[in-house]
Amino acid sequence: MTNSIAEVKCADTIFVTGSNTTENHPVIGAQVKQAIKNGTKLIVADPREIELAKYADVFLQITPGTNIALFNGMMNVIVNENLQDEEFIKERTEDFEDFKKVVMEYTPERCGEICGVDPEDIRKAARIYAKANKASILYAMGITQHSTGTEHVMSVSNLAILCGNVGKEGTGVNPLRGQNNVQGACDMGALATVFPGYQKVNNPDVIEKFEKAWQAKLSSSPGLTASEMIQEAYDGNVKLMYIMGENPMVSDPDTNHTRKALENLDFLLVQDIFLTETAEFADLVLPAASFAEKEGTFTNTERRIQIVRKVVQPRGNSKPDWVIIMEIMNRLGYDKTYNNPCEIMEEIASVTPQYAGIDYGRIEEKGIQWPCPTKDHQGTKFLHEGKFARGKGLFKAIEYTPAAELADENYPLILTTGRILYQYHTRTMTNKTEGINKIAPESYIEISPALAEKLSIVDGEKIKVASRRGEIETKAKVTDIVTDNVVFMPFHWAEGAANVLTNGAALDKKSKTPELKVCAVKVEKIS
Amino acid sequence: MISLIIDGKQVQVEEGKTVLEAAKSIGIDIPTLCHDPRLKPHGSCRICVVEIEGAKSGLTTSCTAPVSEGMNVSTESEKVVNARRDILDLMLANHPLDCMTCQQAGKCTLQDLCYKYDVKESSFKGDKKKFEIDDSNNFYYSDQEKCILCGKCVYVCSELQCTNAINFSERGFDTHIAAPFEEKLETSTCVSCGNCVSVCPVGALVPKSKEKFRYWETKPVRTTCSYCGVGCQMDLLVKYDKVVEVQPAMGPSNEGLLCVKGKFAFNFVNHPDRLKTPLLKKDGEFVEITWDEAYNVIAEKMNSTKENFGPDSIAGLTSARCTNEENYLMQKLMRAVIGTNNADHCARL
Repeated sequence: MTNSIAEVKCADTIFVTGSNTTENHPVIGAQVKQAIKNGTKLIVADPREIELAKYADVFLQITPGTNIALFNGMMNVIVNENLQDEEFIKERTEDFEDFKKVVMEYTPERCGEICGVDPEDIRKAARIYAKANKASILYAMGITQHSTGTEHVMSVSNLAILCGNVGKEGTGVNPLRGQNNVQGACDMGALATVFPGYQKVNNPDVIEKFEKAWQAKLSSSPGLTASEMIQEAYDGNVKLMYIMGENPMVSDPDTNHTRKALENLDFLLVQDIFLTETAEFADLVLPAASFAEKEGTFTNTERRIQIVRKVVQPRGNSKPDWVIIMEIMNRLGYDKTYNNPCEIMEEIASVTPQYAGIDYGRIEEKGIQWPCPTKDHQGTKFLHEGKFARGKGLFKAIEYTPAAELADENYPLILTTGRILYQYHTRTMTNKTEGINKIAPESYIEISPALAEKLSIVDGEKIKVASRRGEIETKAKVTDIVTDNVVFMPFHWAEGAANVLTNGAALDKKSKTPELKVCAVKVEKIS
Repeated sequence: MISLIIDGKQVQVEEGKTVLEAAKSIGIDIPTLCHDPRLKPHGSCRICVVEIEGAKSGLTTSCTAPVSEGMNVSTESEKVVNARRDILDLMLANHPLDCMTCQQAGKCTLQDLCYKYDVKESSFKGDKKKFEIDDSNNFYYSDQEKCILCGKCVYVCSELQCTNAINFSERGFDTHIAAPFEEKLETSTCVSCGNCVSVCPVGALVPKSKEKFRYWETKPVRTTCSYCGVGCQMDLLVKYDKVVEVQPAMGPSNEGLLCVKGKFAFNFVNHPDRLKTPLLKKDGEFVEITWDEAYNVIAEKMNSTKENFGPDSIAGLTSARCTNEENYLMQKLMRAVIGTNNADHCARL
């Protein structure tokens, strides 16, 4: 997030797009609702009529994968009605004219047609967003999990800088990170192309810095991203995988493909707290300590580095992940040892500019938001104040491109996937709580009442869903929160798994994010 | 700034602060039942009454009374203490005296205040309210016979969680907290966030615990939630090396709120299915091995794979569920020890 969570309460307008906030970030969802109670306006754009849609001043029920057309349509209205922040554009941004040329092609009528919404609602949303003194955009995977995910994000950022909604309190481009430490994992260089602190692996100065710090020869070729690893394992080029705390057999698109890839490995090492669906395929499984059995830090979605404390002893012979990794490093001949995670954080601070001012003593009481470049720096509540990290904010002219797989005669419906309040990711942790399993016991698919009637399907009926990649059986949940040509499935369950159907081949060119939010399926009654 | 005197001590606070807040700022603890600093003061329970010199209306609820210049406040005068005893006496008149078996014992403000003001039982005799326990929710009980109608649960649900699942129902002696139309909680709009349970000062809303424990047997440890990216701060209550309950903390991102997963889905920590020892697959079956044997297998496989196919034939998936320190080490292992940049995680999934 460019801004902080608590700032949603001081925004005049909140635009929620591609985020089912009240289910997936419930405590932020509650704060959004507090803001609405106090008069903040709300715009919601989502393929489903999510809870927040009920509170929205404008709800745009867009066809999955058409967000860019929506944003371009809104920006077309803003520019045409001269609602943009001229001063901000002049002082702080560049390439506005190129961007404007493209946006002018996207009339609300054209975009309404693409998105399946009333052009008047696009106008209304544009005006509410642009006229707000402080407007915050909250988004999640509904924006990123597309074959044009990077363009989606750039488009969100165009909208924010067009209206000067960056670099001040209560504004911003605010991705809500789905997992406790996905922000921190990225910050720590758990990404194929960057070292800790987003320092690029193909930059010779960076390589030199880390070779000196780590006393090791390093590779400057970018590595494989998670989706590429699976593909390369499938193709036989990756021979050994070490998977820590991840469950691609449930979370990755196209499960049949993932299974073949994992089976194709010479050796699979899995480290987890439970024998997950992925661990079942392992040659060797290592038992890890849970978050309650170790020390460390998580960095939340607002960049706040917070302490994780040891509450109980590791179960059985399990060990904290950091101990296991260190012992493997040592066994492989790399002698560096750490007595505790605090010492690892010292090393992190020494090589990661954003974390340079972080130490456990400073975050004992209250976490600090990076960037925190020095030990006396108080952290950063919101980014880009006065100046963007890159200098000028860059407008990018973005054209709308349809999703890679569209509905057709054979697969006439669009499937979009996501999460629900009562389960978490691949259920490894949540399925151990009885009450949770009572409320959300099994996989299901949301289908509209009209579609259900057409196919003679009743609520709760077991039905067949198929895509080009596979087919599953799941329960029909008949609900009018989806439109007649869109179906929705939560991906949590390994049985009747949504990801058997999803499209793993359509990746965003830059980020390699799979298009989990759009694929074509057919739904059939089991006779 | 406003100057006033509380229990003979001079205090200066900003205009608009309440007497309760002013007292707190100099370490004077005025008892409360219905007060929560996140909520609009509503003065329901009356237990925070204080005596303000010259006030026409007798005693004043300190949680709703704004400070004014020159105020002279007594927080434990005889008049105040007698009023608090009367209030507690009235509460007990309609509250079961089952502290011996009540789950809330040790964390019950009513119990603490009755102890403080020596109120052993009620002097009022008459009917007590009768309600069935609503155990329909999967995570907590609602026992309206224990409710003191402080309203905290109602206001937390409406002002902070903004779900509006519960409210006061009926009037007078029959007043109780319920979902609209007396619907069971399970079928109401309740999302089981448990934020009402966390603030209940008595045993009216209590978690369905798997363990029997007393609060004084537990130790709270502050940590960060391991579910979504909000980073809620919470206290895990531990008894004998077991997590028995979760309480929200006032973290900067959660402001004392949690969701159903953070509050109630902690059972995985203690679950018997946890992996407890390294497992090696032999002939399709997992067999238990020692850590030393495991590390030998790993070193042998990693070295031979690297030698035969090069470092880029090895790939590591690190984890958005693990700590920063662990992610740092995992990518360092892949980069500095194995020699590949094949280190990634599920940020995109």
